[in-house]
Amino acid sequence: MQGSLQSSSYKKLEQKSKYTNIFLRWFLYFVLILFASYFIFPLYVMIVTSLKTMEEIRQGTLLTWPSALNFESWGVAWGGRGYGAGDTYLKPYFWNSIKMVVPAVFFSTFIGAMAGYVLTKWRFKGDKWVFLFLLFGCFIPYQAILLPMARTLGVLGISNSVIGLVLVHTVYGIPFTTLFFRNFYVSIPSELVKAARIDGAGFFKIFFKILLPISTPIIVVTVIWQFTQIWNDFLFGSTFSFGEAAPIQVALNNMVLSSTSVKEYNVDMASAIIAGIPTLIVYVLAGKYFIRGLTSGAVKG
Amino acid sequence: MLKWLEKNLPKIVMAPAVGLIGWFVYGFVLWTLYISFTNSKILPKYELWGVGQYTKLWASRKWLIAVDNLLIFTALFLIFCVVIGIILAIFLDQKIRAEGLLRTIYLYPMALSFIVTGTAWKWILNPTLGIQKLFIDWGFENFTFDWLVNREMAIYTIVIAGVWQSAGFVMALFLAGLRSVEDEIVKAAKIDGASLFTVYWKILLPMMRPVFFTSFVILVHISIKSYDLIVALTQGGPGISTTMPALYMTQTAFHKSQVGLSAASAMMMFMAVAAVIIPYLYSELRRENAR
Repeated sequence: MQGSLQSSSYKKLEQKSKYTNIFLRWFLYFVLILFASYFIFPLYVMIVTSLKTMEEIRQGTLLTWPSALNFESWGVAWGGRGYGAGDTYLKPYFWNSIKMVVPAVFFSTFIGAMAGYVLTKWRFKGDKWVFLFLLFGCFIPYQAILLPMARTLGVLGISNSVIGLVLVHTVYGIPFTTLFFRNFYVSIPSELVKAARIDGAGFFKIFFKILLPISTPIIVVTVIWQFTQIWNDFLFGSTFSFGEAAPIQVALNNMVLSSTSVKEYNVDMASAIIAGIPTLIVYVLAGKYFIRGLTSGAVKG
Repeated sequence: MLKWLEKNLPKIVMAPAVGLIGWFVYGFVLWTLYISFTNSKILPKYELWGVGQYTKLWASRKWLIAVDNLLIFTALFLIFCVVIGIILAIFLDQKIRAEGLLRTIYLYPMALSFIVTGTAWKWILNPTLGIQKLFIDWGFENFTFDWLVNREMAIYTIVIAGVWQSAGFVMALFLAGLRSVEDEIVKAAKIDGASLFTVYWKILLPMMRPVFFTSFVILVHISIKSYDLIVALTQGGPGISTTMPALYMTQTAFHKSQVGLSAASAMMMFMAVAAVIIPYLYSELRRENAR
């Protein structure tokens, strides 16, 4: 008797916890989806706004679906309206950004790979201090170097040019790329290198034959990190360039702020998407490496 | 000669990195520090002038507003990012369906530039056609939402956009932290009758102290440096109500040509970052040495 009572109350308890579990589960999904819509909302608004006409924008709300897929404002954002003065559009600045990003990513990645290699496989006295010396460069607020940098670029004759921006981004990328490669190479057994040295392999041969072939993941992480940082930079771009040499983020900002005629929100949104799409594509295709860069180089944000 | 070269090759290869950082980071910071003690206007003067720029800076109403805004922004940005980040991380950690998709959605704003984010939010928060109109259309006829053009409230629009951009990052840090905890610990606690809530509140979250610390450092660092987002969203306005130190520095340097004063403001920012970063680097280094 007692036994059966116990078991039935136990069952009730189990039943109750089952219901709370189902409720909790629903609550869980509800909250997760609520936040997902908060994060998706601006992207949705950007896309639908870019596809509407100004008339539709004035009549509808942020969420209204466009009446037709109208890519006109994309064309205007990318290539302009075709009349001369005051017609700003993103195409030339998009290419400026490409011309700036490719060499800057290449040089900073290469220098960082070499530095990481030396710091872990050819250790010397005080190498820890050298690493710390470089690492600090990840954290400095760039305001503290803007003034001398502007003067230096002027002296070198490369202010307001893509070359100047390549130099700036290469230099201030080195602390991050060194950090990435150093942390990667530190986990690779030094015995490999030692054995190769005994066999008479030199400094560069060891790097290119032994380390480089296994470095693909960290190269991907570094390239994605540097690409995203440099593509998205605004501070250096807006301080050291203007007019025709400006990178895309600066051009986007100028376009949106220009108060020449009636505000065209559809063109603004199309421009913002064009400026954001390269990094977004990289994120969707290689999100895993993007997140690895974020969490291991977790400093700049 | 060749032997010397061979022996010192690693150091020679290391030299460009050290040289560039030495010159462009340390050299430049020292130059800025020096200039902050001079009376430089449009062009730098090298004659020492004392701490005049610093007294001028802290007497400037605009700078005080900038510092005030930075404190408000940092506090709210930190609280919201960490709370949202932790909630999302814990919820995602419950063997959720489509976890990968949700994670991708939470984190994609990190791939966008602050200019793109600012442009999008500026449109959404637009007082005539934006959110306000949406709510009015939904039947809330007296709904007003004019924070973007309201002196008192504009700073909070920057918080909204900033949190949107960075909360997913905190989520990723905490999720990685939670996943690195041994399953055994959680199992043992559950066998002892601990509820899921207790497991997280009493056991797992206290174990996340390093993650809290890292998030704190990164978020404070982002907020001290925040510049692009303000430029894109408010340009420091209405009036000067959303000025922040980074914006103050560039405006003073490049629009007002007060080189000495802007150098002083840059050094204040530098010191604020150093106060957060040096303890962080120290603890990271100690952890690595202990390993």
